[in-house]
Amino acid sequence: MASQDIIARSATTTMPPSVRTQEEVAKLIDTTKCIGCKACQVACSEWNELRDDVGHNLGTYDNPQDLSADTWTLMRFTEHETDAGNLQWLIRKDGCMHCAEPGCLAACPSPGAIIKHVNGIVDFDQDHCIGCGYCITGCPFNIPRISQKDHKAYKCTLCSDRVAVGLEPACVKTCPTGAIVFGSKEDMKEHAAERIVDLKSRGFENAGLYDPEGVGGTHVMYVLHHADTPRLYAGLPDHPVISPLVDLWKGLSKPLALLAMGAAVLAGFFHYVRVGPQRVEEDEHPVTLDPAVHEFDPSVHTFDPTKPGGEDRP
Amino acid sequence: MNDKTILRYTSNQRTNHWLVAILFLMAALSGLALFHPGLFWLSNLFGGGSWTRILHPYMGVAMFVLFLGLVFSFWRANYFSANDRLWLTRVGTVMRNEEEGVPPIGKYNPAQKVLFWVLLICMLVLLFSGLVIWRAWFSAYFGITSIRWAMLLHALAGFILVLSIIIHIYAGIWIRGSVHAMVRGRVSRAWAKKHHELWYREVTRDETPERPISKKG
Repeated sequence: MASQDIIARSATTTMPPSVRTQEEVAKLIDTTKCIGCKACQVACSEWNELRDDVGHNLGTYDNPQDLSADTWTLMRFTEHETDAGNLQWLIRKDGCMHCAEPGCLAACPSPGAIIKHVNGIVDFDQDHCIGCGYCITGCPFNIPRISQKDHKAYKCTLCSDRVAVGLEPACVKTCPTGAIVFGSKEDMKEHAAERIVDLKSRGFENAGLYDPEGVGGTHVMYVLHHADTPRLYAGLPDHPVISPLVDLWKGLSKPLALLAMGAAVLAGFFHYVRVGPQRVEEDEHPVTLDPAVHEFDPSVHTFDPTKPGGEDRP
Repeated sequence: MNDKTILRYTSNQRTNHWLVAILFLMAALSGLALFHPGLFWLSNLFGGGSWTRILHPYMGVAMFVLFLGLVFSFWRANYFSANDRLWLTRVGTVMRNEEEGVPPIGKYNPAQKVLFWVLLICMLVLLFSGLVIWRAWFSAYFGITSIRWAMLLHALAGFILVLSIIIHIYAGIWIRGSVHAMVRGRVSRAWAKKHHELWYREVTRDETPERPISKKG
């Protein structure tokens, strides 16, 4: 993508090029249509040339167990019993949400390691990544992972390489039920609204769209049967926000701390200018009996009337 | 009175102090590089962003360990005493280079003592919060909330430490003779008497109390 398409850049205090406008894109994941086939995981792995280690079965359908530097998307399975006593299998494709206000980007200390494209995609540039893990600290969704191989952070790119040339993300292309769709954010919201009407008519009264306000909305959205309790879906945050701790650490404190340090240096400088250094005036303490100076020149004799003998020879 | 200078810091103490100072400088510069984007260029001093990220924690741990040496050397002299409260109320007078009404003090003045304890607290906070956010070794053992708190506390303690050291360095520039004391170890009697009179009396007590005024009598 051309550099003009980047509208936010980590650790950059000036405004990136923002003249060009472009429609925001979004991926809509309809959990109510998902059959848990994991084709999206495979497509992601294939397109991005990622081969995670073969893990172990820990008694769930989740495979692998967690996101990693080599697994950028993962189906998370939850068995949920409704109040009516029905079992629901809630399957959520987990991965980067591509927040409008990304916590990772706010926390990142390396200029340009995390960028946000004008179409809404949040991308990591591993070439600029220093491996500090601040993005993990900043992310409200627990998405980025540091590779143990190269100590760089990785996550879903929303197939920015494919989107840039007019293709949909690999997971979207492969989804056999149409549970994952991709398009402009407006279109996706419209599509979701239709789905929600349909779901409500079929008894899912709490069906709704997950496009959380707390992070300015996301460019990966979910249609949920239980939009009132997103946490049912393997801990999807009900109200994700950038943690106030992160906000404080990477928000207000940065300029204030710098200002205070600068002020301290200036205060010192002006104290020196106005008050000046404290020198020990040897005269302040009448060390008149001090013979030290005379030892330098034995030929110099001084007369001191305060002393018996008057004269002090070295 | 004689002209002998007084030993304020042994060569081991001086070496220890300057090792901590060098490590502090490195840790502070690399830490600031990661703290504020406007200072990220400082990472170039350490070989780039990744090297800064790799080296910073090791510098910090080394600084902490060596700082413990200073603590063991100086902690007794940094106990607060009765005069200290009075001195602190007169700190404005001291700042104006005036001496009237400023009580005599021991080896360290109360501001130096405050600095000592503030540094110790900062170092402890930096060490423990730093271990929590050290991805290469320890972060995996902590939850995200602990890591976020540690991040914030680490930045806060680092900030207070840097601020304290700015004051510490300026005090060294302001009070003539104190840098020399830490570089070469010795201070003049007049310096000791002026700035740390109780300490001066203490270290000169053992000397012959009533020296003959003149050798010739």
